[in-house]
Amino acid sequence: MARLGKQYGDGEIIVRQGERGNCMYVIQDGAVEVLAVTDGGELHLRDLGPDDFFGEMALFEEETRTATIRSKGTTRVLTIDKKSFFGGIHEDPSLAFRLVQTMSHRIRDLTDRLARYEEPG
Amino acid sequence: MDSAHGSFQQLATGPDSAKTLRDGSRIAVVGAGPSGSMFSYFLLNMAEATSLRLNIDLFEPRRFCHRGPAGCNHCGGVISESLVQRLATEGIVLPDEVVQRGIESYTLHMDIGDVEIRTPLEERRIAAVYRGNGPRDSEPMDTQSFDGYLQRLAADKGANLVHRLVTDVSREGDRMRLECADGYHDEYELVVLASGINSRLTADLEQRAGGFRKPARTKAFICEFRLGREVIRETLGPSMHVFLLDIPRLEFAALIPKGEYATLALLGDNIDEELMERFFSSPEVRGCFPGGKIPDHVCHCYPRMNISGARPPYADRMVMIGDCGTTRLFKDGIGAAYRAAKAAARTAVFHGVAAEDFEAHYWPTCRSVQVDNRFGKLLFAVAGLIQKARFARRGVLRMTITEQRHPDKPKRMSGVLWDLFSGSARYREIFMRTLHPAYIKDLVWNLVAGNVDRSHPPAVERRHGTH
Repeated sequence: MARLGKQYGDGEIIVRQGERGNCMYVIQDGAVEVLAVTDGGELHLRDLGPDDFFGEMALFEEETRTATIRSKGTTRVLTIDKKSFFGGIHEDPSLAFRLVQTMSHRIRDLTDRLARYEEPG
Repeated sequence: MDSAHGSFQQLATGPDSAKTLRDGSRIAVVGAGPSGSMFSYFLLNMAEATSLRLNIDLFEPRRFCHRGPAGCNHCGGVISESLVQRLATEGIVLPDEVVQRGIESYTLHMDIGDVEIRTPLEERRIAAVYRGNGPRDSEPMDTQSFDGYLQRLAADKGANLVHRLVTDVSREGDRMRLECADGYHDEYELVVLASGINSRLTADLEQRAGGFRKPARTKAFICEFRLGREVIRETLGPSMHVFLLDIPRLEFAALIPKGEYATLALLGDNIDEELMERFFSSPEVRGCFPGGKIPDHVCHCYPRMNISGARPPYADRMVMIGDCGTTRLFKDGIGAAYRAAKAAARTAVFHGVAAEDFEAHYWPTCRSVQVDNRFGKLLFAVAGLIQKARFARRGVLRMTITEQRHPDKPKRMSGVLWDLFSGSARYREIFMRTLHPAYIKDLVWNLVAGNVDRSHPPAVERRHGTH
């Protein structure tokens, strides 16, 4: 049955760190892992599952993707176009509420991790 | 209680007191179709974000778990690309049980040939759904109704589902009073009418209150064919089939694959038997069915469609959303319901529930839809001219086929047709694209080329189907 979104196989790269992007993604089904690629190899940042979104930073900054997103098993994701997203926000600012809320959670998570990293001893 | 007769303002305007929602305010939503359920969900969401405690009673006599017309809101059941994206951004990801099929292309059928227009990103972002729980007499399916899903979202958010038929709305001092068919009545700080185009409530309001005009409507036709998954895969595929035929009064016709069934939707000016006979006897339609034979349909309805909005769609402590207020002409009515529901919820939570609040913060959304509908009328009028002029159809077909054959070529005609069929873009935006010099140049070239060189007509371009 043809469901919504685009399907990716296990291990397939959905977003590659360093590429330019003009859309974000919402996971319909399955899971992905978020990886930072450094000279020392891959650093696993977090896993994301159904209803989570990723790639949102590229919507706000004219920068390249900050992480690689890799499918864990079979994953289906829906693309949200930059034009459609900002068109929606312009008409209805509350559309950004969930995005801001999730980004806030992620900043809190990063702050906690940083605090643990810098704890003496 | 106020008299049942008099001007709309008498019914519309209550005492001059502060009209804002406060902790414990009670809201009645009449109708749990998409607009009523989405209003309830978003109102409670916004209230939660601002630490406001509200109580919503969501009135709906029907149960969307029933198969056939009794549990259905009579609609083709296509969720546009733009709405699918917006809902996903809101955190509402349509579950697989609700999506009968993701549409990945549109196939345009004309007497001179067909062309398949593929989704721009090779991704399925248009959802075919059932508004109820499937056609009459269908086998129990492992699927969910779209309306039922939204209703559950609202209930999970805290709305109280009330299975009663609301028969009257009136003003009682500074509150609104609801009466139900079984004699139940109650009072609320805000009443939201989301009772659809067939609602007797808006008809009663028009009759008893001067200054209010209910939406104008026309008759459409929707039916379901049981074809089976295998036949659908071989004939229709994951493509929505659209017909541009020279049949008077027919504005739009689409065949939408859904699981075991295919839904046919005919929109236009009062669809009747004569029009349907002409439609079903056309070879382009017959060619979409196995053996060129149209099977009996298993479920059908003649739903009314809103073709102009209610005026005004608000009053003190009362607002009309969805089809009983303002909706989009022919396309993406559910998307229009979403926009109206959110605008009304924002107004109620952040501004107030007085007529002036709705006029300042809700009416602009309705007006923008109504202005856009004028561009829609223009576009459908042009489509009507193309339906009648064979030379124009040749140009349109040639231009679309050329674009679909060359992935790197700008999709000017394909984009216009895609957005017109799917309802994914505003009519104004589509109209403006048709004024682009490059679009006009390509169209003129294809009109000439398609009509001069008739010895080599463009090949039929379809990935699915029996043609």
